[in-house]
This record gives sequence, structure tokens and C-alpha cells, in this order.
Amino acid sequence: MHYYLDFEKPVAELENKIEELRRLADGKDMNITTEIKKLENKARDLRADIFSKITPWQKTQIARHPERPYTLDYIELMTKDFVELHGDRKFSDDPAIVAGFANFQGIPVAIIGHQKGRGTKERIERNFGQPHPEGYRKALRVMKLAEKFGKPIITLIDTPGAYPGIEAEERGQSEAIASNLMEMFQLRTPIIAVIIGEGGSGGALALAVGDKVMMFEHSVYSVISPEGCAAILWKKNNSQVGKGEYEKAAEALKMTSADLLNLGIIDEIIPEPLGGAHRSKEETAEALEAVLLRSIDELREKSFDELLEERYNKFRIIGKLEEVEQQP
Amino acid sequence: MAWFKKDKDITSKRVNVPEGLWVKCNSCKEIIYRQEVDKNLKICPKCNYHFRISANERITLLADEGSFVEIGIDLASVDPLNFKDQKLYKDRLKDAREKSNTNEAATAGPALINGHPAILVVLDFSFMGGSMGSVVGEKFIMAAEKATKEKLPLISIASSGGARMQEGIISLMQMAKTSAAISRFKKTKMPYISVLCDPTFGGVSASFAMLGDMIIAEPKSLIGFAGPRVIEQTIKQQLPDGFQTAEFLLQHGMIDMIVNRKELKQTIANLISLTAGNK
Ligand SMILES: [Zn+2]
Repeated sequence: MHYYLDFEKPVAELENKIEELRRLADGKDMNITTEIKKLENKARDLRADIFSKITPWQKTQIARHPERPYTLDYIELMTKDFVELHGDRKFSDDPAIVAGFANFQGIPVAIIGHQKGRGTKERIERNFGQPHPEGYRKALRVMKLAEKFGKPIITLIDTPGAYPGIEAEERGQSEAIASNLMEMFQLRTPIIAVIIGEGGSGGALALAVGDKVMMFEHSVYSVISPEGCAAILWKKNNSQVGKGEYEKAAEALKMTSADLLNLGIIDEIIPEPLGGAHRSKEETAEALEAVLLRSIDELREKSFDELLEERYNKFRIIGKLEEVEQQP
Repeated sequence: MAWFKKDKDITSKRVNVPEGLWVKCNSCKEIIYRQEVDKNLKICPKCNYHFRISANERITLLADEGSFVEIGIDLASVDPLNFKDQKLYKDRLKDAREKSNTNEAATAGPALINGHPAILVVLDFSFMGGSMGSVVGEKFIMAAEKATKEKLPLISIASSGGARMQEGIISLMQMAKTSAAISRFKKTKMPYISVLCDPTFGGVSASFAMLGDMIIAEPKSLIGFAGPRVIEQTIKQQLPDGFQTAEFLLQHGMIDMIVNRKELKQTIANLISLTAGNK
């Protein structure tokens, strides 16, 4: 049984019916088999139709889908000999971020990513992918190792945001994020950043200063969540904000992969199977693999000085403004 | 619909409304005679809370008289996303330009501080909560690049609620952009002194503000990553007294010192003379 989102309900009914028929037919009854084929085509068309007009808020739901592939899924599907490294050497180990070295298509690389966890128990252990400062410090430690050993860095971004809690503040959440941003501009090794699910604000950006920044088709990347934005900007006196306001906020924030490509923030969109990455993890991982391989090849051609210069300029030019002569 | 358009220049002409005689302190909540606060560099005479001051007031306080030369003065925000919540971003900008004494949330440029040349960047909370959008990011990086090129100390004064939501992902990217600027500046081996004022949060604290070689805060300023209300809603418990104050950050090793506004200029000048140059 798949987990269906609200707007997938019509397709869910059809697919459940197909499952039922399959059980009944047991592969023998030709009439039922033809019927199943017909229904399958119908389901595919219906899904394609639904997905051709999903809203930014619905995309946010897909990006947060509980069956969506996470960092550890990609590591398992794309790499061999993954060795996870733990701890920031200062305070503790943060399970909301996974970091280590792996063999990617014969190339040793550092892989660092947020990890949300599957099932209630693991989700709580991994704090729903919301890192504390020690998570960002572990990430930076491993990135510096990658630089030292001359290995490319792949970061996989998937977080609602850095954790807003008492201990996180005590241990310097701001400083940890800021330091990653600053240090990543000086790392003399290629960095490829991929938003695989939720790119939640500063907590996402702290792993996303890359020579290449890409997004999966149904991932989102934003300065604030639609809920957070709606609570601040759409709240009237005592009225509660809800789905209607989230829809508006998600639309206004321009947070989909198409929006970000349009705004010149990302380099590329990685396509997902119809219905989202969770419909075929293998197919999704293959698409990512191809893009990563091509990017690593391309970036390895450049000298480190070139790389740092281009990385700086890539972010240096982001911003929209005008010059208006001021009256003295 | 031309009949609908009133002549904005006439209807919105600003009259000099006399400011209230009394002002409430953000920290001790006492009602204080405004003149008493103004005479005291806008420091609460009851509890030593440092009221928010404008970029101009800040520059007057820190720069030697007549030494400050503004750069990037012509830069103005546009509305890259056509952002509209209950109000248009364009209108919010217009209001902010009318209601604050500045045309953007950041003011930058070279100045002398007790005779020491330095580059200053000052945020102004009265302009859309000191939020960082394209113009703030651009002014900051212009200042940092100038400091890098001319090998001068860099001083930033933060007072901001964080990133400017109305510029969406572009405002988030200003965090990376300003941090990139600091990563280059640090190679000059000149000091970057970051001063945190009430309040410093979100995208500003999690980028250039926390990257100072030396970090100073004004007494009782609130400083943090997440806002206190967001934290309360997340952890569903009350926050301890004094949480996210400058004093709390000092205690947790996140800043170097807390400095009274009256001594701020002298402290910065001291730090420059002790760390800049090759003597
Ligand atoms: Zn007071």
C-alpha cells in the first residue's frame, strides 16, 4: 500500500481497485487481465493529468512525502563501500546529518546530507532532519577532510530547517550555519549540491554552497516554509491561517524547481518519475547518478583557483535591484 | 480609472508630527520621558537597555565628524517575485522609504574611527525590520570588497529580523553572498569587527553577523537564530529568563564582549589599533 496525498485521491481509488483485481485474477482470467491493463492506462493518464497541474503547495507535499527517497537511500542505490563518519569533535554526533566517504562509480567522494528518518522512532531520533549546530560542524569537518584528501563533495539537501530549540541556540546555531557558508567558499575541491526534498532556509543553505546547485523536479527550496510565511504575512488579527493561506504563500515565495531555474538560482532540474521520486527510487537514483557523473567530470577539468573564482561569482551576482539617483 | 488616483504628492506630504513625550522601554517596560532617553544616547536610564537607533544616528556615533562617505547610495530594491501578501511588496517598500529616515535597510561606506580608516556597514531596523534583501546583500559585499581591496578594517553593525521574505529565495542567497565576501576579506588579515544590536536574528545572524573576528554586542540586545516565539511553539515550553540576550550569548561563548554604547567607538578604535597594521 502506498501513502497517497490529498490531491492523489482519485488515482488512489483506481490503483486500489487494480490491486484488488490482481488478487482476484491470480494471472489466469484473461478478461480480468485485459481489464487491469485498461485500468492501468487510465490510472497513468489520470496521474499525468493531476501532475500536470499541481500547485506549489502540492509540490511541497510531494517534497515532504514520507516515502520520498532520503540521503541514505541514494547512498545505498548509487555508491559502494560507504563509510559513515560521526561527530563534530566538539560536542556530539547529530543523526539529522549523515556524512562520510563512498565509492561513486569508481570515484571516491565525500557524501553529506540531511536524513529525516523513516517511521516514528527513527524520525524522532533524527529530529525529522532538523540539525543542531553539531550537525553542521560535523558536515564541515568532513568537507575539510574531503578537501585535504582531494575528493569531490556531494551534498544532498532535505530539511524543514535548522532546529529551533534552546540547546541549538546555546551551542550557536547561527555561528555553525554562518561558518559553513563562509568556509565552503574556500574549499579547494568540487562541491555539487542537490536539493532532494525540502530545502528549508538557512538550515538547507548551510550544505548548499556548491559549484553546481541542482534540484529534483518536485523538491522545494525557500527562505521560509509556506506555513511560517503565512503565519507572519497572512495573519489577520485573530484569524487562524490554514491550507488556503499556505497555498498563497507557497505560490508567492516562488519555491519550486521551475521557479528557481527561472530565477537563475539553480543550474539544473533533475526529472522524477511520474508521481514523484518515491514511485521509483531506482529510476530516480539513476537520474541523479547521471547528473552527478557529468558534473564531477566537468568540475574536475577546472583548476582550484578557477573553481573558487567561479563559485564566488555564482553567488556574487545573485540579487535584483536598480539604481535610482538619490536627491542630495 | 484616472479619477481614482489622488495626487500622492499632496495627500501623503509628511507633516512634522511631534513625537510622543513618553517612550516605553522594550526591556524593563517602564514608561520614560523621551528627552531623558535621547540625552542618554537612547539608553534606558532605568535598566541600561539600548534602544534601536537609525543608521544615521549610528554613523554619527561611530564615525569622526564629516568622515563618512556613503557608497551604493543609488541602490534601490525592486520586486523580483511580484510578491503580494495582504499588501504589495512595492507598497511596503514605499511605506518604509516614507516612514524611516533611510532609503534601504543598510548604509555603507568608508569612515574614520578616532582617526583609523575603516569601512562601515550599518543596518537600520526601522526599514522593514532591517531585513536583508538584494540591496542589503549588495551593499554589504560592496563594502567588504572595498575593505579587501584597500586592506582596511571592516565594521558591521547588525539590527535585523533576518532575511527579507518578500524576496524569497533571493533573500536567502544573500546569506551566502555576504559570507562569501567575508571569506575573501579574511585573507587580508585585517580585522572584521561585528557589532550585534537589538535585535539580530535569522538570516543576518546566521551569516555575516556571526562571522566577526571579534564580536561585540550592546547590552540586553536579543540575538539568536530562531525567534523566541518560533522556539516556544516548537518545544511547547516557556523559555528561560534572559534567553537569547547579549548576556546569555556572552555566557555561552558566542560573543567576545558586551559594550555600552557610550564606549563603543573607543572600543572599536582600540581593537583596530591593536589588530590592524603590521607593527
Ligand atoms: Zn529599561
